[in-house]
Amino acid sequence: MIKTYWVAFRTLIIKEILRFSRIWVQTLLPPAITMALYFIIFGKLIGEQIGDMEGFRYIDFIVPGLILMSVISNSYANTVSSFYFSRWNKHIDELLIAPIPNWLILAGYVAGGVARGVIVGIVVTIVASLFSDLSIHSYGITFLVFVLTSVLFSLAGFINGVFANSFDDISIIPTFVLTPLTYLGGVFYSMSLLPEFWQTVSMANPVLYMVNAFRYGLLGISDINLSFGIVIILGFTLILALYAHSLMRCGVGIKS
Amino acid sequence: MPEAEFPTKMFAVKITDLIKRYAKGEEALKSIDLTVSAGDFFALLGPNGAGKSTTIGILSSLINKSSGSIEVFGYDLEKEPELAKSCIGLVPQEFNFNQFEPVDEILINQAGFYGIPRAEAKQRAEHYLKKLSLWDKRKAQARELSGGMKRRLMIARALVHNPKLLILDEPTAGVDIEIRRSMWSFLKEINQAGTTIILTTHYLEEAESLCRNIAIIDKGVIIENTSMTSMLRRLNQEIFVLDTEDVIDDLPTLQGFELTQVGESSFEVSVAKESGLNRLFSALNEAGIKVLSMRNKQNRLEQLFIDMVGEKS
Repeated sequence: MIKTYWVAFRTLIIKEILRFSRIWVQTLLPPAITMALYFIIFGKLIGEQIGDMEGFRYIDFIVPGLILMSVISNSYANTVSSFYFSRWNKHIDELLIAPIPNWLILAGYVAGGVARGVIVGIVVTIVASLFSDLSIHSYGITFLVFVLTSVLFSLAGFINGVFANSFDDISIIPTFVLTPLTYLGGVFYSMSLLPEFWQTVSMANPVLYMVNAFRYGLLGISDINLSFGIVIILGFTLILALYAHSLMRCGVGIKS
Repeated sequence: MPEAEFPTKMFAVKITDLIKRYAKGEEALKSIDLTVSAGDFFALLGPNGAGKSTTIGILSSLINKSSGSIEVFGYDLEKEPELAKSCIGLVPQEFNFNQFEPVDEILINQAGFYGIPRAEAKQRAEHYLKKLSLWDKRKAQARELSGGMKRRLMIARALVHNPKLLILDEPTAGVDIEIRRSMWSFLKEINQAGTTIILTTHYLEEAESLCRNIAIIDKGVIIENTSMTSMLRRLNQEIFVLDTEDVIDDLPTLQGFELTQVGESSFEVSVAKESGLNRLFSALNEAGIKVLSMRNKQNRLEQLFIDMVGEKS
């Protein structure tokens, strides 16, 4: 049965990679263009007026946050759109009738989201290297935070895909929740710039921990305690994984 | 049609006390008990909303049951879902493949979900695409196929993992007669090769010509479960349409037969089973009526089906 599971899991990943590769103009190209614009406008034009932040050039300071922002939005977008479309078009049935457990279906969709997050992350990193002096302080932390964040937001996208009842529903959370959390998660500024009250409020934003942990991986600086940040990311990932699995087990949104 | 050989007399499907209640309280299935033998070609018939698709949905794990149990080739669907599911191939009523995926990928992926490695999956996909005359369309997106091709694609997809049980929910709905006939002969072929088939259809002629056993479900209850032969034996009256050589001006009265003129040179006759056709033809001969051709007015199973479902409502 393990061999069956492995083949099924691989098939799901290949299917997902082929899916978003077929529509690369919608999935892989836009983040590269958006990030290039961010680097030109915020990094070069405005950034040069801002000066250093936490001892780094502003453009170098924002690179980790911008890479992670792309990973977050693309991992989320991949699972929410793929899973919702499979429900809407009913080809989720192909998986439900197959001899594979619910956790494997979930793992397959999440792996697809991670695959897109990784590919977009690499593309954006290449774009970033054209504008900044990219260096990696800790390969281990960088990789860990990169993958965990991608897993976390793939899970979040999956849950959104379970509850969505229309194509509008798959863009509401990214627009009204994800984008504000990301922008207010310290992508463009250091926490130390905020008044104490807003610093405390910001601590409730999970994206803050990811951005700072990733910034530590690349630059070696962070506004938060690194271990605490990783525990927070792991905690959120575990909670969302258990919740997503319970939704699958009960057949929410997919079985009557 | 020769029966497929199985080492032991085994049930392909054993449904016990199956109940389905939807959230709003509607009871779609009211304690269904049903068995389908291995190797059978089984018809599950019923009017719209009777519970056919719900039964098939639960059997193929697309709908949650409220209570009851299902065994597929001895595997409990709840306790050993992977083993039970690996025996089943489903051809649903509605198209449920990704319309934007190429045809061959749909089959290769489906095989992969059943644990078939990609290299072997490609060979199987090629086999079934050729078998169902879709090989030329293998790189086309599924949405580019015609309705008949889409139906055949769903059959190929259901067979790609060589299931022991094939469930077909209205497989020939909306396809022309030529494709329907070719599908029938294909289904007969795979049944003869040993695959158990459960069929739901609105074409009762289809069920009559393909299936050996039959269950009729109505309002969530199995109202009949028997062999096709014994089912048809119950029909005690049949209506035939006869075409005559000459124009009939005045239809004669034949004792024991009810004749109704339906055209210048054709009439219907209702024949009770005990009367027999020999007596009918002798009587027609005596009346000087030369018959050119004769056909059943109505599908026999259709008549029984209407009688049975009508009785219960």
